[in-house]
Amino acid sequence: MKHLLIAAGLLSATAAFAADKPQLTVYTYDSFVSDWGPGPQVETAFEEVCDCKLNLVGIEDGAALLSRIRLEGENTDADVVLGLDNNLITSAKETGLFAPHSVIAEYNLPIEWSDEVFVPFDWGYFAFVLNADAVAPANFRELADSDTKIIIQDPRSSTPGLGLLLWVKAAYGEEASEIWAGLADNIVTVTKGWSEAYGLFLEGEADMVLSYTTSPAYHLIAEEDDSKAAASFDEGHYMQVEVAAKLANTDQSELADQFLQFMVSDKFQQIIPTTNWMFPAVTPANGLPKGFETLIVPQKALLFEPDQAATEREQAISEWLSALSQ
Amino acid sequence: MAERAQPISPLPGVGAATLVAALVLGTLAAVALRADSGGMFAFSDWAALRFTLTQAVLSSVISAGLAIPTARALARRRFFGRQVLIALLGAPFVLPVIVAILGILQVFGRAGWISEALGFFGLPAIRVYGLHGVVLAHVFFNLPLATRLLLQGWQEIPAEQFRLAAQLNCKGMAMFRLLEWPMLKRVLPSVLAVVFAICLTSFAVALTLGGGPRATTIELAIYQAFTYDFNLGRAALLSTVQLALTAAAALVALRFTRKEGFRTGLDRAIRRWDGGSPAIDTFWISATAAFLLLPLSSVVISGVVGLLELPTQVFKAAVISVAVAVASTSILLFLALPMAAAVAVGRHSFVELIGILGLAASPLVIGTGLFILIRPFVNPTAVALPVTALVNAVMALPFALRILVPAAQETVTRYSRLALSLDMKGHVFFASVLLPRMRAQIGFAAGLAMALSMGDLGVIALFADAQVATLPLQIYRLMGAYQIQAAAGGALLLLMLSMGSFWVLDRGGRWHVET
Repeated sequence: MKHLLIAAGLLSATAAFAADKPQLTVYTYDSFVSDWGPGPQVETAFEEVCDCKLNLVGIEDGAALLSRIRLEGENTDADVVLGLDNNLITSAKETGLFAPHSVIAEYNLPIEWSDEVFVPFDWGYFAFVLNADAVAPANFRELADSDTKIIIQDPRSSTPGLGLLLWVKAAYGEEASEIWAGLADNIVTVTKGWSEAYGLFLEGEADMVLSYTTSPAYHLIAEEDDSKAAASFDEGHYMQVEVAAKLANTDQSELADQFLQFMVSDKFQQIIPTTNWMFPAVTPANGLPKGFETLIVPQKALLFEPDQAATEREQAISEWLSALSQ
Repeated sequence: MAERAQPISPLPGVGAATLVAALVLGTLAAVALRADSGGMFAFSDWAALRFTLTQAVLSSVISAGLAIPTARALARRRFFGRQVLIALLGAPFVLPVIVAILGILQVFGRAGWISEALGFFGLPAIRVYGLHGVVLAHVFFNLPLATRLLLQGWQEIPAEQFRLAAQLNCKGMAMFRLLEWPMLKRVLPSVLAVVFAICLTSFAVALTLGGGPRATTIELAIYQAFTYDFNLGRAALLSTVQLALTAAAALVALRFTRKEGFRTGLDRAIRRWDGGSPAIDTFWISATAAFLLLPLSSVVISGVVGLLELPTQVFKAAVISVAVAVASTSILLFLALPMAAAVAVGRHSFVELIGILGLAASPLVIGTGLFILIRPFVNPTAVALPVTALVNAVMALPFALRILVPAAQETVTRYSRLALSLDMKGHVFFASVLLPRMRAQIGFAAGLAMALSMGDLGVIALFADAQVATLPLQIYRLMGAYQIQAAAGGALLLLMLSMGSFWVLDRGGRWHVET
């Protein structure tokens, strides 16, 4: 308890020290602020140019992040929210808590981006990751007909899980439930989140795991291990675009604008590939890190408009539930 | 019973119980009041409710059922390594969920040790995913706990009774019927209730081992209501269902528990003359040990490499976790001791019922409720660690009470007349009689609370900022950053810290005592 008091004292002392500078509070997901995520580098880089104090607050994942903002409502402490994804944009807008941005950027996204409120900072394609020496199915139908075992995440508790659902929906529309019925015997299990699924895959519990096309880049660059690959599906790959926005009620409006513009600049964007293991929304001047050129490039990018994703979601979940609960 | 004069007042205990009730029900109310609309019990919730109940009943019955022969064997036998085995019984319980899942599947999974061994003989891999997998995992978590609690029940049978039984040549079934069954009748219902309550709030374990959405539990629906749907009314409603089910189970257990205890003895070391069959005891002890130690050793093996190159942030987090665990254990004893005393002097139902609710409360509801309540006054992030310590203490309370209550009852029954005749009351009785008599149980309860607090992710994920992270949170962060090996190292560090503190406290309480 004594240590806690000392720690609390130190924290409030540093807070008081920084009080003469303006403070910008950014809510984001937990893995962004972690010591292994982009957070620490982003904080240093932004504080070098802003003459301010950047407070990053980590909240579990994108969905929990939006809940937190809704819970705090109009008197939220956040000035900026960073880390929602395209599937959450519609519910985020419905809260009316976010303000339009003033960011100008040349995005390198496979799709057109013109949202007035949300600014993309990185993106990726969902993909099944497997051992490089294994034979990858070429699409969902081939996967369903094969003996390949997969681990996926639950769309009710995980962002990639929901992404997979919309992927199948975007690729197959009406036939989605038929695809799921075919996949049922390939699914070893469904996990709460990405970490459980990926951990089980690395233990050899399944042949493939739902992740991102960029996952093999981690193993290649950070571990010098080229034994992982992503399966390229010929019906295209569903995208995830991660976005940030300014809160309407912020008392640091200019600083928040400055942060969002900084977010699409080289200094921020070059941190992303090897900390968040996603593609930067704006490719930095010196390009992507070595190793990213080895990743598969999907022939087609699939993505629902935010409004359509929101309406498809509920039906897709109930289709999924009934196909897998047989 | 409450009419009789008692050496201590139940009021502090009732007060502590009221505090806990306020926390559990207050946070639930805070969530419900923030809701824009009431929650509805959807059609799919009935399926979730059915599955939740099925797995919780099966898990608790099987855990407690297997714990009986194991605890009996441990109570009858003395062998080399017995103390270590008993200490290790606490281990499965303290592992962070994600680590435990990986450990269990490394042994029982499709590509696990057992399947590989079967494959060696040309046999097919075992299929672990399904209801039986969920039960298997829950038994892995709870069998050790149930065994420890039952073993304590055996050890609380006075040595004189065994002497008398031996003199009368009581053996086998007769011994079971005369001494052991009456003890089980008192202890077993509450053990069942505690395990049932734990399994009721299972989510990640049930889903993963259950193999898919058939294994949807109420806790998953609560999570979904909080995050994706932001339907606080629904979250509150579902949480109320959990609380009601636990309360019902606890009430049933309490009805059966209100039996007179054994007459007291002179605290001799227990000696047993009724050997029974060594083969059977050996079987149960080795089967249970193998079942628990295999997944644990997989955690150790995966962790060794990572442990050597752990990032410094993990050690920093370990220090924070120890501090939180110490604070949490202090809070726990501060609540549990008066509550145990209150139960012992006759205020059973209210205090015991409240004591078990901490388990049934969804951590998400407590966390979110506290967040709503605290936020108008302080920045929740600034109090992340004290709040985590408090919630961990409340979660450990049901276990502590199961451990402390029987000893408190025995002490009060035995010494209250003597104490009253000496005009020894209140804090004097508490400090000079009750605490020393309960030393072993306090050590056990404190050790368990310390270990639990260290391993539990708790509410820190809802409150933490970048600077403060506990060890479980850092393990999750490492996994989220692909650093599976470092995460395994962190898990091993956590296991060692938890077991170490459990060992020290538990042994500390039993210093110079044979059991």
